[in-house]
Amino acid sequence: MLDRASSSRADGKTGDGGMIKLAILAVGGQGGGVLSDWIVDVAERNGYLAQSTSVAGVAQRTGATIYYIEMCPDLNPGAGRLPIFALSPSQGDVDILIAAELMEAGRAIMRGFVTPEKTTLIASSHRIAAVSEKIEPGDGRASSAKVRETAELASKRFISFDMEKVAVESGSMISASLLGALAGSGALPFARESYEQTIATSGRGVKQSLAAFAGGYEGARGVNKAAETAAPPPRKAELSAASPAGPDRLVDGWRHLTARVERLPEEVRDMALRGLRKVVDFQDEAYGREYLDRLERAVERDKAARGFALSVAAAKHLANAMCYDDMIRVADLKTRSTRGARVRREVGVKDDAVLQTTEYFHPRVEEFCGAMPAGIGRYIEERPKLAAFIDRRINRGRRIRTDSFTGFAMLWLVGGMRRWRRALLRHKVEQAHLDRWYDLALDTVADDYALAVEVLNTRRLIKGYSDTHVRAQSKFDRVLSALPMLKGRPDAADWLRRLREAALKDEKGDMLDGALKTVATLGE
Amino acid sequence: MAERSFAKEVEKLRLGDGEEFAGEGILAITKALLQCGVGYVGGYQGAPISHLMDVLADAQDILGELGVHFEASASEATATAMLAASVHYPIRGAATFKSTVGTNVASDALANLASGGVTGGALLIVGEDYGEGSSIMQERSHAFAMKSQVWLLDPRPNLPSIVKAVEDGFELSEASNTPVMMEVRIRCCHVHGKFIAKDNKRPAITVADALETPRRDTGRIVLPPASFLHEKEKVSKRWPAAVDFIKSRKINEFFGPDHGAIGIVMQGGMYNAVIRALQRLGLADAFGETDIPLYVLNAVYPLVDDQFLSFCEGKDAVLVVEEGQPNYIEQAFAAMLHKAGRDTRLVGKEYLPMAGEYTGQVMLDGLGAFLRAEAPLLLSAEIRAPNKQEQGEEIPDLSRVVPGRPPGFCIGCPERPIFAATKLVEQELGKHHIASDIGCHLFSIMPPFELGATTMGYGLGPASASAFNSPDAKRRSISFVGDGGFWHNGLTSSIGNAVFNKNDGVIVIVDNFYSAATGGQDILSSRADNRTKATKHPITKAVEGMGVKWLRHIDRTYDVGKMQATLKEALTTEESGPKVIVASSECMLNRQRREKPLVAKAINNGERVVKPKFGVDEDICTGDHACMRLSGCPSLSVKSLDDPLRDDPVAHIDQNCVGCGNCGEVADAAVLCPSFYRADVVHNPSGWDRFLDRARGAVIGFLQRRRESRRLVFADA
Repeated sequence: MLDRASSSRADGKTGDGGMIKLAILAVGGQGGGVLSDWIVDVAERNGYLAQSTSVAGVAQRTGATIYYIEMCPDLNPGAGRLPIFALSPSQGDVDILIAAELMEAGRAIMRGFVTPEKTTLIASSHRIAAVSEKIEPGDGRASSAKVRETAELASKRFISFDMEKVAVESGSMISASLLGALAGSGALPFARESYEQTIATSGRGVKQSLAAFAGGYEGARGVNKAAETAAPPPRKAELSAASPAGPDRLVDGWRHLTARVERLPEEVRDMALRGLRKVVDFQDEAYGREYLDRLERAVERDKAARGFALSVAAAKHLANAMCYDDMIRVADLKTRSTRGARVRREVGVKDDAVLQTTEYFHPRVEEFCGAMPAGIGRYIEERPKLAAFIDRRINRGRRIRTDSFTGFAMLWLVGGMRRWRRALLRHKVEQAHLDRWYDLALDTVADDYALAVEVLNTRRLIKGYSDTHVRAQSKFDRVLSALPMLKGRPDAADWLRRLREAALKDEKGDMLDGALKTVATLGE
Repeated sequence: MAERSFAKEVEKLRLGDGEEFAGEGILAITKALLQCGVGYVGGYQGAPISHLMDVLADAQDILGELGVHFEASASEATATAMLAASVHYPIRGAATFKSTVGTNVASDALANLASGGVTGGALLIVGEDYGEGSSIMQERSHAFAMKSQVWLLDPRPNLPSIVKAVEDGFELSEASNTPVMMEVRIRCCHVHGKFIAKDNKRPAITVADALETPRRDTGRIVLPPASFLHEKEKVSKRWPAAVDFIKSRKINEFFGPDHGAIGIVMQGGMYNAVIRALQRLGLADAFGETDIPLYVLNAVYPLVDDQFLSFCEGKDAVLVVEEGQPNYIEQAFAAMLHKAGRDTRLVGKEYLPMAGEYTGQVMLDGLGAFLRAEAPLLLSAEIRAPNKQEQGEEIPDLSRVVPGRPPGFCIGCPERPIFAATKLVEQELGKHHIASDIGCHLFSIMPPFELGATTMGYGLGPASASAFNSPDAKRRSISFVGDGGFWHNGLTSSIGNAVFNKNDGVIVIVDNFYSAATGGQDILSSRADNRTKATKHPITKAVEGMGVKWLRHIDRTYDVGKMQATLKEALTTEESGPKVIVASSECMLNRQRREKPLVAKAINNGERVVKPKFGVDEDICTGDHACMRLSGCPSLSVKSLDDPLRDDPVAHIDQNCVGCGNCGEVADAAVLCPSFYRADVVHNPSGWDRFLDRARGAVIGFLQRRRESRRLVFADA
């Protein structure tokens, strides 16, 4: 029950007569209209007068939308006098705000619809990334934590959990779990049953909607008691301690490798073990030994006082650099038994349904050469006419059905080229690139430890396939081109980090070029 | 068929005398039309009155029973021209459209209609798309009323008031022989409320009756010398008649005490917001009972001089609440006071902003400032001079955290691949001048595509590129127009113009089978069967008929490679004259609405159904997001991996994916990466499907086991 309802003036002379103001902020397509209709129905079911409004139209297509409801008890029923309801929410004058997505809660706060004296904020904690967040080459996502912290301060009560998950698990839409959370919050003076009646009479998908409603209701109750607002779980998968399965010879070899990891400083072990698994999975145990050989070079130069930051960065980025994305890796990953199971799980295939999987490949002469023995690959690359001739023959999109005999067998064979990988051109190119970068980092340690760590971290820039990969390489080179200008500066590491962050902001590296210009003027 | 069906709601249109009607504003307006004995209705869709058109379309049986003719007009000009039926015949007619864009288009017909005047009541219901959520330029409909001298009603935003305004509007129109405009703001159209219904009335004379007994009167036709007389008649006869009617029927309302030192005048549409502000200032109760004299203009044009002057009698100051600019009403009132030699101070835009929507906060601030300045004693002490808010914990500013969320293409939208292809062509051939149009395809101007330099009006995309036609240029312009805009105006103004003027540019007609942005109404080229309208008229034929020689039809926009190649060909071909590409695929929102229930039913019935969905192999995706820079699909998003080795989130496709194919096509055409896969789920597989699946599974399983037995397999890798 709202505290303010009871404090409204008995004579009804001024003020709004115990009016409850409720706004819903949603992303177009989330079913905000359905929720709005339900709430009006619940209110009227309880003898309230209610009015809802919305701004329908093209603005609703996947964009931020707002629905607004006002309701009040029928003060003198039958008298024909209707209260005057407003048609849009006002800053500082919203009792209940429902946000169907976390950033929409942030938007509501920004717009002044959430105030500490008044507003119960019910927000689903899940995120729907906006386009601007998705198109950054790095991680462009807005900070959920900041919105949650602010919501705690800005609202009278903040009820937040993943209501989308509750809805999906019930096979329903978020409108149902949001209605449940509204009911569970007790912010409206209506009994749970009246909400359920509303859903029950609404027609389609009643069972699922009621289940989602119940989930939302319990969620809001639970959150109330524990006063916790769903901190994100720590995002680090536990490494399974179990040994990998495989022939005894390989399992023995693996034990030798893990024993070497055990001898590393404790801070490094977790990352090293993950890296080791990745490279062995990518190639073989000999490759794992190479990985550890390289890593130990960093450990030798490292300092406990620094928390072995250099070695941890090396453990991470060496593994990523060694597991470059070639055709063999892609084919290998796409033909594993675990992959088929994952696709079935992600797509939600029921047992009796048949799954057909189509893969999209677009090989070019570059990939062809990379998959040739180094000598032949180079021979072709050095002859543009020949390369163009081959490119004309292979450069086109190929759709491969990995559920068919031929499609699967083709990829399976490419995946089997793993055993010859070391002799192939791509491997030579990648190794040379890796060695240059890694040597550069290790040579920097003695002069500037922090800068060396940042040189290692620059590896994060390298990703993507074909043109995207070329652009990534170019950004990587451009960032490291600043090293001579930075060396010797006390803030060199900071600058290199800034350059890397700038490079992750846009596709072509325009921000990076700007940052590089700034770096060029530092010495002046 | 429209995006939203009102099939159930339209039954409310049958309610009779004394029964309570509960529903949306637009539905109430439709009911009011029937209660007034309207003879014909037409209009053109567009928020906020799209649903009015949808309601009428779904109500055709009821309209038919009453002998009411309904048209889904080709444009707002058509709808307004249709009101010509009320010129000579005493038939009530109504036209509805979005304003001000629709009124712009309608103004030719409107001016002609207004000049000759009407016999039967002619009502234009304009949906005012102003303020939050608006998708158009911010202007006022008021100016149209003034320049053509048609009367403008702006009723209070509640169902009884707008229903009454419809009734008043018809009578006012007949009493003054003048068409009447009634403006309803966007939220008012979608307001959910109640009113007491009356019986529907059959029109006294139907359009069929009129056809049987044709009439004419040269004096009503806009041609000299009659047109000169029309102008005089407007001011000498029609205007005074309108003023008399507005006064005698008490169209404008007075609230609050008869006397007071101050008063507030407002447009009817502003009433609720004014009351809310007064409530918050402690000067009104829940029902709008207030201590301040209020003068509510449900008719904002013409203004009634003596009514206003008598309201000002004995008042020191009067505030005019008039949303939008220029402030015509305030200016008119100021002139009245000045000419009458009154010393009441008239204020308006001093306290309220000149431009922009009058939101709750704006109204509270404006009225608060007015009252504090002009009548401070009316306010309680705490409101008059509020104490500084206790500085509680500072609430952080989130404006740098919360991302903008402008509207964009829906999941599976067939227009996305068109712009992905355009972006790829530009990567190859360089930037071009791109002219956009009105419709969903205008979302191309937003990230991730950022294509399009201007938008000049519905169907005017190619027209707006017509200056860019130079023999000296090595590059061609590209312009877009949707199928809605094409039939609305584009065929002549854009295509015909390009042919006639030998424009060398490239024109892409985005054909999604509906007027999609307005809610999926059928148009000439729609592929659906429509009970009352003629559909399936191909755009390609119309374009050919206009004389276009270079024409390509892409009947599956998701074929990004083909789209890209065709666009490239159009930009580079030696052929002169306009190069027209018609890119056709059904609007996914409407397609899903149509197909989803059918598919679900088929699966339930045990039929074999193949449902596609896309996915991303997260261990192959490197998290560079190049795919998203060519998509922006809500279903394709980013996901964090719980792997400390990976810094950046990878691509992920959620359960809302409809399997349109864009992801795979773009990955292929742009040579992005092999992370995407398409999963076709065969529901209720046939015996053959099962056999093949088992056989394949056996071989594949054998190969997998063989390899996996010779390597290390990590449990959770």
